[in-house]
Amino acid sequence: MTEASVSSFPAASGPNLATRRLRALLAEPKVTIGGGFILALIAIALFAPWIAPKNPLDQDLMLASLPPAGLASAEPGYYLGTDDLGRDVLSRLIYGARIALIVAFVAASLAALAGTALGLLAGWYRGWVDGLISRLVDIWMAFPPVLLSILLVAVLGAGVGSVIAAIAIIDWTRFCRVVRAETMAQAQADYVTAAHAIGFPPFHILMREILPNVVPALLALVSLEMGIAVIVEAILSFVGLSVSSDTPTWGGMIAEGRQFIHQTWWVFAAPLAALFATVLAFNQLGDGLRRALDPVLRR
Amino acid sequence: MIALAVLRRLLVALATLVGVAIVVFVLLRVVPGDPVAMMISPGASAADVAALRAHYGLDGSLLSQFAVWVRYALRGDFGTSISLHRDVLALLGERLPATLELATAALEFAVIVGGATAIAGAMARRTWAESVIDAVNGLLLAIPDFVWALALVLAFGVVWPLLPLTGRVNPSVAAGMATPFYFAESLARLRFDVFFDLLKHLALPTLALGLPLAAVIARVLKGALNEAMAQDYVLLARLKGMSELRLVLQEALRNAIGPTLALTGVQFTFLIGGTVIIERIFAYPGIGNMAIEAVINRDLPLIQGLVLVFAVIFILINIAVDLLVALFNPRLRHA
Repeated sequence: MTEASVSSFPAASGPNLATRRLRALLAEPKVTIGGGFILALIAIALFAPWIAPKNPLDQDLMLASLPPAGLASAEPGYYLGTDDLGRDVLSRLIYGARIALIVAFVAASLAALAGTALGLLAGWYRGWVDGLISRLVDIWMAFPPVLLSILLVAVLGAGVGSVIAAIAIIDWTRFCRVVRAETMAQAQADYVTAAHAIGFPPFHILMREILPNVVPALLALVSLEMGIAVIVEAILSFVGLSVSSDTPTWGGMIAEGRQFIHQTWWVFAAPLAALFATVLAFNQLGDGLRRALDPVLRR
Repeated sequence: MIALAVLRRLLVALATLVGVAIVVFVLLRVVPGDPVAMMISPGASAADVAALRAHYGLDGSLLSQFAVWVRYALRGDFGTSISLHRDVLALLGERLPATLELATAALEFAVIVGGATAIAGAMARRTWAESVIDAVNGLLLAIPDFVWALALVLAFGVVWPLLPLTGRVNPSVAAGMATPFYFAESLARLRFDVFFDLLKHLALPTLALGLPLAAVIARVLKGALNEAMAQDYVLLARLKGMSELRLVLQEALRNAIGPTLALTGVQFTFLIGGTVIIERIFAYPGIGNMAIEAVINRDLPLIQGLVLVFAVIFILINIAVDLLVALFNPRLRHA
């Protein structure tokens, strides 16, 4: 083999795979914009005590139901106004990002972990393992997800931990189905046949050869799942089953604002806008990841 | 051959239903809240509590409770609601029509708007109009029904108070209705005041549920239409002098409808699941809203009945979609 033919082999020339993938990611505007928004939100959530202008729990009935800055009878320092108890809406919004992001990251990771494990097993071992797992997925899909999440939180008791557990228990099926199909497709590939021929044990092939090739499809799904988790947490807070009302959450603020929507619409509109932007950002990030990492779409 | 496939499908559906029943049953029996404690006055004696527990069959083992439940359910007896003190089946019969009306309205809206958008998009291939359609579609797809419902509440409750935000119908208008199927009855009896009042109340929840589904239909159908428009038989029809609209409707649509139908079916089950929270937001008296109440009140027999109804609807839709897809696909039909 000559020098030229070796260097024409893609892996041997230029930057390595990780660097090339990173470049592809940064070239995708959906990834930079969506990801940038999420990073900013993470920073806001982390530094909430320093960023929030007021204490989100401080009530002051003298300053109740103030409109946002710029409207008549607005008070300086209350940029997004106050709710019916005189609590600062902007500060509650900033603290609400904490719950939203914790639920998004932890719940999506757990759902991905469980779904990927079961999907790998079903797609690799097939037979009765696949039959059992697929039947389980069918049963799960026959439940309305919102109803199931409310049921689970009622069983587990209200709280962030229960919300996270409920989302993971419900949404593992999303990952399981994709990973199962992807594993079945990868198992037919030549590199798997080669790995068998070398004599790698099957479990080693599954974890070290197939799993890394499933990860790109998984990343996009995780980002989408984070958006879903933010929504589910908001739904559960809206119904009154998430964290206690002492902790500000976007869904809880929306439920409170809904009662007085004709008087103080900003209490309702501000968390709704935050929810809208966050879900859109996770969605765009997921879409961008899929485009950037999928070799078929990239070409 | 086809009968065998349908039979197999029904058996799998039955197995899924049994699985759902077991999962709900086990889930509900580990609920920490005691339904008996919630329905009896605080001063009741231990004997009274035990008597009530025995009355509702809550004193037996998990397995015997399940056996009893299955035996009665097979006879069509789903028990008595603990919080509403009424027959579960009767409650479902009253509430289910409202949910079916809402879901049907949302599906019709989605098919009409999504279909029209797809056809318009296919006719405007590679123009700025198609980019606008794609952008709006992308936004509708990215945001779920829950957020759209709240945005509609904000828009129509505050900015533009045109439509009622809550309820199914104005009670004084619908006073004389004999069946829970208000839509069909109001049309059959020519009660147009009821009909338009129903429409006004349905508008916002229908939009919230239907917009995301319309976007899905528009995207998939437009993709399939665009693909079909590049085929030779369309070129031939074009050379024969057929107009662009007739090309899309007569030639491309027939071949594009199959894959869209399959996806619409799957998405329709998501829409049914979405009715739970949408009914809650708009205080719409369907089974979804009742389900949330039932969970909060720990009303075990009612929850059990409601979840099974949802599961039956999901499974029926899936079977119906499979049959429809087979009907529209000549290759599958003859196989």
